[in-house]
Amino acid sequence: MREFKYTITDPEGIHARPAGELVKAAKAFTCTIKLMKDGKAGDCKKIFGIMGLAVKKGNEVTMTFEGADEDAACEALAKFMKETL
Amino acid sequence: MQVYRGKSVFGGIAVGTISVYSREEQQVKRVKTEDTAAELARYANANETAIAQLAALYEKAVKEVGESGAAIFEIHQMMLEDEDYKESVENMIRTQQVNAEYAVAVTGDNFAQMFASMDDDYMKARAADVKDISERLISVLNGRGAQAVNTKEPVIIVADDLAPSETVQMDKDMVLSFVTVHGSANSHTAILARTMEIPALIGTDIPLDESVDGKFAVVDGMNGCIYVEPDEQTLKELKDKQKEEREKKELLLSLKGKENVTLDGRQIMLYANIGNVKDLATVLQNDAGGIGLFRSEFLYLEKEEYPTEEEQFAVYKTVAETMAGKRVIIRTLDIGADKQCGYFKLEREENPALGLRAIRICLARPEVFKTQLRALFRASAYGNLAIMYPMIANLWEITRIKEIAQEVKAELASQGIAYGNPAQGIMIETPAAVMISEELAKEVDFFSIGTNDLTQYTLAVDRQNPKLEEFYDAHHPAVLRMIRMVVDNAHKAGIWAGICGELGGDITLTQSFLEMGVDELSVSPGRILPIRKIIRETDCRKESEKSN
Repeated sequence: MREFKYTITDPEGIHARPAGELVKAAKAFTCTIKLMKDGKAGDCKKIFGIMGLAVKKGNEVTMTFEGADEDAACEALAKFMKETL
Repeated sequence: MQVYRGKSVFGGIAVGTISVYSREEQQVKRVKTEDTAAELARYANANETAIAQLAALYEKAVKEVGESGAAIFEIHQMMLEDEDYKESVENMIRTQQVNAEYAVAVTGDNFAQMFASMDDDYMKARAADVKDISERLISVLNGRGAQAVNTKEPVIIVADDLAPSETVQMDKDMVLSFVTVHGSANSHTAILARTMEIPALIGTDIPLDESVDGKFAVVDGMNGCIYVEPDEQTLKELKDKQKEEREKKELLLSLKGKENVTLDGRQIMLYANIGNVKDLATVLQNDAGGIGLFRSEFLYLEKEEYPTEEEQFAVYKTVAETMAGKRVIIRTLDIGADKQCGYFKLEREENPALGLRAIRICLARPEVFKTQLRALFRASAYGNLAIMYPMIANLWEITRIKEIAQEVKAELASQGIAYGNPAQGIMIETPAAVMISEELAKEVDFFSIGTNDLTQYTLAVDRQNPKLEEFYDAHHPAVLRMIRMVVDNAHKAGIWAGICGELGGDITLTQSFLEMGVDELSVSPGRILPIRKIIRETDCRKESEKSN
């Protein structure tokens, strides 16, 4: 399993549009990808799961990866978070 | 006559009949079904159809309101594909043996409820998106087509609120104006109204019933009112206002193709500011004499790594060729301060506006600068390109830039690659550059005054800070005197001076600038024609000379 922590810097937080982009990015991988905030977890491949967390600017989130391509996924999503959020 | 007030999101006047748009509340009944497999298949089919509809709407919206406005339809598709949503519907069909319509309606309500109960206004508003997609699914299941406005003549649409999918489906030729009870200035309806250039009101206290439906009305987008069954005098006033507006628009159109000459015969260079190749069309539509500021940052900001020489060359060449011999001034990379770019790996700064930005980055990282210069010198073989360097504060910076430019040219020559000899100018946007403009003018081909940064640095006011708005006085005499000084020093050295900041497009100052002797104004494409009108009406001679 791989994981990383990230603090959201985008002033709008994870709005619908970046949530959609995150789902798209996550769906490119087969491993299970979870986004966690304050102990609540959302499935990164489900848009409602992510929007349901209502992640705002300044929130620290943890992303976990479990499965065959977890290394590649972890790297790609870390890059995505840094650039988009 | 009844008058209702709202908040205007686009000006103009619309005269016509009101059509109250109401969503047909879809009555969904719970029906018990034995054949759950068939019901699951109906749902799967309907879901596919709905997703296809949204894909088509996305395409349509991209054309009408652009990609960012259309993104919502992509999100809607994802919502329909969401495993949790799908599982909830399927589970309900399977275990409760109900019809698909009912399962979708209940699931939609539950998910909308989840959003509505969040303590975040933005997320609360997303409940409307969940309802929108659920309604769509139910319409498909019922075999009902998309709802449209059925009229033979254009109407004023009055509605509670309009979902993105509803506005996009409307036949645009049949809409004179949008008036909604709810909605925000950033809603899809508002964006659409601005793109279509039709008057629109939001937050209007209008009833949605037969007291207005089908009635004759006038929407005044200038003062945010809708007049239902206006009395004769009001109607006449509004029609006059509408006529006046139209004439103004036509007058501006009639200025197309005309020269930018003052009454005393001075030619002014009137150019456009753009930030992307996509803006070229509006430059040509508005009849700009050239491009006075082409912000090259987009090439860097759109990418995840440094754009290559070839990528940059292709863009600069396209712009040079499209403008067919007209001047195109390309500003070299202006990253830093409010424009950040991850892969540059710039350190966090205490004071980014006074930090490593623009030409300072270029001089600190000559390899990045050289790549851009190579592309620019090569592209200038294909048109009338000029290069402009931002954020100059010292004379030695020019010396250093010239050395690097010389190296680049020598390299291109030794490699046998064709290049041109573009004019090279600088932006005057630091008070230091203003004070030494006499010396700077001897070293460069032109000056272009960047009033936004010049104002912020002169007044020591952060222009990103909304709380300082009252202190950010773009008309401050200090700024205006600086402009005059720069123009005088440019003319002394025999070069031209222009303005490419916001102030250049400020029509209340155009006349003063012309009197100061400003040679060039570079403004956003939409301001070209209004400014041309003022130029053509200005006489810079003294009163005593005018009689001759």
